[in-house]
Amino acid sequence: MSGTKKETGFSFTIDGIEVTAYAGQTIMEAADDAGIYIPRLCDHEGLRHQGSCRVCTVKAGGRSVSACTQPAAPGQAVENETPHLNKMRRDLVEMLFHEGNHLCPICEASGNCELQAMAYRLDMTEATKFPYLEPCRALDASHPDIALDTNRCISCGRCIRASQDVDGKGVFGYVGRGIHRRVAVNGENLADTDAAVTDNAISAEVCPVGCIIRKRVGFVTPIGEREFDKGLIGHDIEEKRK
Amino acid sequence: MSERSQAEHPKARIATASLAGCFGCHMAILDIDERLMDLMKLVEVDRSPLTDKKRFTQRCDIGIIEGGCCNEENVHVLQDFRRNCDVLIALGQCAIMGGLPAMRNAIMHSDEPLRECLDEAYITGRYIRNTTHNVPNDPALPLLLDEVYPCAQVVEIDYQIPGCAPEGDIIFDTLSKLLTGKFRGFEREMIKFD
Repeated sequence: MSGTKKETGFSFTIDGIEVTAYAGQTIMEAADDAGIYIPRLCDHEGLRHQGSCRVCTVKAGGRSVSACTQPAAPGQAVENETPHLNKMRRDLVEMLFHEGNHLCPICEASGNCELQAMAYRLDMTEATKFPYLEPCRALDASHPDIALDTNRCISCGRCIRASQDVDGKGVFGYVGRGIHRRVAVNGENLADTDAAVTDNAISAEVCPVGCIIRKRVGFVTPIGEREFDKGLIGHDIEEKRK
Repeated sequence: MSERSQAEHPKARIATASLAGCFGCHMAILDIDERLMDLMKLVEVDRSPLTDKKRFTQRCDIGIIEGGCCNEENVHVLQDFRRNCDVLIALGQCAIMGGLPAMRNAIMHSDEPLRECLDEAYITGRYIRNTTHNVPNDPALPLLLDEVYPCAQVVEIDYQIPGCAPEGDIIFDTLSKLLTGKFRGFEREMIKFD
């Protein structure tokens, strides 16, 4: 950290733990630096913050805010790991499962999937209280190296931001409104776009679920050795505190 | 156990059934392996494919359901379990969210997914050899539901053990804790959806 930033550093608390933040940092960025994990799905390192999934909702000064967009403020008291907030996060994640077609047993992203890992972390094991919507969604396997299974899309928009801001291409975008909002490509199908398997938007880290599929690499890592078989989602951030 | 102490501590009764599933969750119950001996000290198995009993002989403490509801018989069996069991457990992904059988609900891209599914299976499928060119409709066959339903959308479910199939460890752990009154939720590292 530069000397200038140190001078502008201030402190606030997350669940009673004192955290140092610097001007312009969001609550989540400061928490990440301090080794405190705040659950998130639509936010991803290297992409601009969007604040749409609301899984990162925390209470700051008694108000609910999305930690990935809310700037940290001096002396702020932030609540993160509370039963109430985790219950709301679990409901949000559960609704994402119900809005799409998430069949973990046949998904090649199982074990590497952030949605699934978030459900593990938030103890999503209760009997359901929402109906399964089971929508009819498109599968696009036209591209020689990439496939899109939008049954698994959670509309996090990470591919959209990665394609626009990192790749400078704008392959992905939203169409429709409300519950009918979908990720679409800027062509008749994926083969008609200039998407390449080397794009940042197509990389394994950007799509949190098994929606963007790189062909011929599925199941390379056996079940049991995948990312979230090693530990709960966020364990890498929490290990910074140990 | 002597007759007297058995009378003081009667064994719990459990029942199991397989609905629209692959029977893999019942196979997973057998994955409990030699610990089944410990479990059998605590329970007696009533209506179950394991005992081949087709009806409840008396009320059970725990009912274990594998698979979702794809036909009317599944619904009747599930309702029968709810009536006859104090605690009802949905075991595995099909019982919890419909699982693979529920793929027929969504991926047909049709206004009539069930009709399209049956046509493909019995009439128009590329490798079908069906000399009658009819969809089987014998009165003995249970009526198919329009969709495959998870158990919790049909009756109240008390506990769900996720997995496809759940490991023998989590089944044993959950059952033995429930039977001894020590169940306080699942260990996070044991929860698997796949």
